[in-house]
Amino acid sequence: MSDVALPEYKAKDFATDQDVRWCPGCGDYAVLTAMKKMCATLGVDKKDIVFVSGIGCAARFPYYMDTYGAHTIHGRAPAFATGVKLANPELTVFLVSGDGDLLSIGGNHTIHALRRNIDINIILLNNKIYGLTKGQYSPTSEVGKVTKSTPYGSLDAPLNPIALAIASGCTFIARTIDVDVKNMTVLLERGYQHKGTSFIEVYQDCNVFNHQTWFYATQKDTKLDTTIMLEHGKPMIFGAESDKGLRRVGDNVEVVSLGDGVTEDDLLVHDELNLEQAFLLSQMFSPAFPEAMGVLYVNTDKPTYNEMMHEQVQEVISRNKGKTLQALVTGSNTWTVE
Amino acid sequence: MISSKQAPEHSETPETPETTELPSVSVRFCGDSGDGMQLTGSHFTDIVALAGNDFATAPDFPAEIRAPRGTLFGVSGYQIQFASSEIHTPGDAVNALVAMNPAGFRSNLHTVEEGGIIIVNEDEFDKSNLKKCGYEPDYNPLDDEMINSTYKICRVPMSRLTRESLIKEDEEVSVKDVDRCRNMFALGIISWLFSREIEPTIEKLTHYFGVIKGKPQIAELNTRAIKAGYYFGETAELFPARYQVAPAALTPGEYRRISGNEAVVLGFATAAEKVGKPLFYASYPITPASDVLHGLARLKHFGIRTFQAEDEIAAVMIAIGASFAGQIGITGTSGPGLALKSEAIGLAVMMELPLIVLNVQRAGPSTGMPTKSEQADLLQTMFGRSGECPVIVIAASSPGNCFHMAIEAIRLSTRAMCPVILLSEGSLGNAAEPWLVPDIASIPEIKVSHPQSNGEPFMPYLRDSETMARQWATPGTEGLEHRIGGLEKEDITGTVCYDNDNHARMTLNRSEKIQKLQDIIPDLEVQGSSDTLILGWGSTKGTILSAVEMLRAKGIDVATAHLHHINPFPKNLGEVLRSYKQIIMPEINTGQLRMLIRSEFLVDAVGINNLAGRAFFVKELASEIEEIVKGGAK
Repeated sequence: MSDVALPEYKAKDFATDQDVRWCPGCGDYAVLTAMKKMCATLGVDKKDIVFVSGIGCAARFPYYMDTYGAHTIHGRAPAFATGVKLANPELTVFLVSGDGDLLSIGGNHTIHALRRNIDINIILLNNKIYGLTKGQYSPTSEVGKVTKSTPYGSLDAPLNPIALAIASGCTFIARTIDVDVKNMTVLLERGYQHKGTSFIEVYQDCNVFNHQTWFYATQKDTKLDTTIMLEHGKPMIFGAESDKGLRRVGDNVEVVSLGDGVTEDDLLVHDELNLEQAFLLSQMFSPAFPEAMGVLYVNTDKPTYNEMMHEQVQEVISRNKGKTLQALVTGSNTWTVE
Repeated sequence: MISSKQAPEHSETPETPETTELPSVSVRFCGDSGDGMQLTGSHFTDIVALAGNDFATAPDFPAEIRAPRGTLFGVSGYQIQFASSEIHTPGDAVNALVAMNPAGFRSNLHTVEEGGIIIVNEDEFDKSNLKKCGYEPDYNPLDDEMINSTYKICRVPMSRLTRESLIKEDEEVSVKDVDRCRNMFALGIISWLFSREIEPTIEKLTHYFGVIKGKPQIAELNTRAIKAGYYFGETAELFPARYQVAPAALTPGEYRRISGNEAVVLGFATAAEKVGKPLFYASYPITPASDVLHGLARLKHFGIRTFQAEDEIAAVMIAIGASFAGQIGITGTSGPGLALKSEAIGLAVMMELPLIVLNVQRAGPSTGMPTKSEQADLLQTMFGRSGECPVIVIAASSPGNCFHMAIEAIRLSTRAMCPVILLSEGSLGNAAEPWLVPDIASIPEIKVSHPQSNGEPFMPYLRDSETMARQWATPGTEGLEHRIGGLEKEDITGTVCYDNDNHARMTLNRSEKIQKLQDIIPDLEVQGSSDTLILGWGSTKGTILSAVEMLRAKGIDVATAHLHHINPFPKNLGEVLRSYKQIIMPEINTGQLRMLIRSEFLVDAVGINNLAGRAFFVKELASEIEEIVKGGAK
């Protein structure tokens, strides 16, 4: 096996002959760039990669990756991806879709894919808006969102994708921003390496229908105060001057300024394996808190559905050696007519 | 059929009454859904099978698992007809009814022929139970003169006799366990009445309760109960006669009993071997299709993978995903589930992938009557999707035929790279009949191939000149990386394409490749010669044959033909239809196939339509056909 040379690719080897049809300036381009870069370094043959998507702007993704791909129907990509992975566990499966697709029409399939821990990689491009249908509010839009379908402001409370993933039993949960291609590439690779479902939320700019939604988290002058980059085993420090931190207080987390008797030792230390802490991090939103970026939670103990299914099938096969189809069809309760 | 004459005068010592030979008998067991009526019927079916009779069964159970005891809506029934010649239906009116309680009695009285035997557990006919099923106070139907003059009512204190026979002084048993054996007491009586041995049943009960369940005491109680019932029949002199139905002259060979749902399971397992690749069955529980999921889930060692999905849509999408990855994706459901799956089936039509959708139809729109049967999903199956979205449609005609149609579904789907909807019906799925066990080796292989790269750019929608199917390139194949999806594709290249002419061409391609299957599906066979053709599909086959036999006996000749392939129709269908003056189409719907036949062939077919959520009765169908043939065409 070690004799087999790993395929060597450049990012451009993953480009297809299709023109990319996203609007100029769309955040999806950055994700495509990161994905191609990441795929080129994986050492996985193109023939063994499948991209799956539902419906929406983000769901055009498979057409732009020169791998196997399926652009399915609205909301159902997690189910399709499940079928692909279970039918051929050797395949590497990426699912790229938007917030409307994965959290609204496809919410049910998303939570069930997450709970099963099938070894697929879900990338949620969250732009808090319906782009392809031209600008209605989405399940992640903030309350009061004024859109064509909500001229007096939306009334729905937004869904929290990270908290949903935690509650669903997801075993790899991360968050990143479209403009941070470098970090996104790292996270995509970690998601790929993780055995089990990986779920990565990408803050993605829809510069036509929801431009500037993520500005607080992407602009130079604000991003360091509104986001925190998590690093496993490191104290949680953020801020333009690296002078702020997160401290545990009772059942909650608070923002503190370093100095005045507060030292790094008082701060929370990021522990990717800590589920309770991951939940606290999932509840932090700007401006009260910095929003958590990086790997929020990892669980390496939970077996994958595909492995368990394989083992069960093998076990049943070995237990039933020698049984013939004819005997099955004949059954144990027959009579003969002369 | 069974004499209702009073028992002959008898002497002091009981003697076995004379045995009367009958060509066929229909028996119905009914009682509370917790009374074990399905089990009792099933045991009796085994008994008649072993005796070499032909038989047909129909369970009739409530949707409620355990409805309140004694209520009308909690009644569960099981009907079986057994005969000394070939039969096709569970019988119209029953010759003997076993009613374990007043609710069963009340709701099944109308199924008994005039003069038929009704054996009741009279202990249950107390005030409280009579009230529960709506009888007037101080009225007991067992004392009703009208009822007693119409039927032969046999009052048996089954509850008391079961307790007396089972409870022994030196033994600790629970009264609940004892009472549960009443059904076996009833089975004992019926076994005696129809001259059947009870030893094989005792062996099965002993094996099931004693060995499998590890409860030898329960096995012993059941054994005592069936024996007690049998001896009661022998000594109580309740019956004027014993009856005997001689073995039927069936085609020689090895037989087993099979239900439609079991047959589908075995058909899929056989297809997995014949196609040489795993079948992936993803499904969501739904009556009456769940038994197919249960059956397949046990067959991992026969190349079957099963998956219980979070909903109907997930189930079909998982199946399509599995097909994309190179296995054979199957999903199973009933009408409401098919409605939910329709968008996804459209995706498989666009992706041009194999997909088998089993629809075990049930009655009514929406939730309707889940445990009752109907043929009313045909038009949904044909047209219930957005756009011009043809699929292959085939329909099974008997429990045993479900086996062959399951294999046929996979043969057609993989050949045309197109979804197949396989129509079964609740009445087929749950009904059982004797089945000549097929020789698996004689069933032809199903050839499926996957392309390899020839170095040229891969054209996912390039079609085979013979079948018009595109190639099934699977992920993991070097050099064939490609993208497919629900958007319209350019012919040959498969790239997304909104061109008008291309869409017109692709629309026709998707339809024509289905028509191409006419090359490999059998021609429609016609039986009998006449000016009138009875054309049916699905579960009505048995009833139509029986009705036609009845008519022939009266000197009325009609020809019959039964469709198993509905899209495409057999190649010769038009020619067949045009050679008859009159076409009569019995259906358990308002005339859905008739609509298709009339529009496609411009023939003035007449319908006979049953909307009762049950199979046709043979007599009603025969008389309706007769009326039309004699000039009273509706």
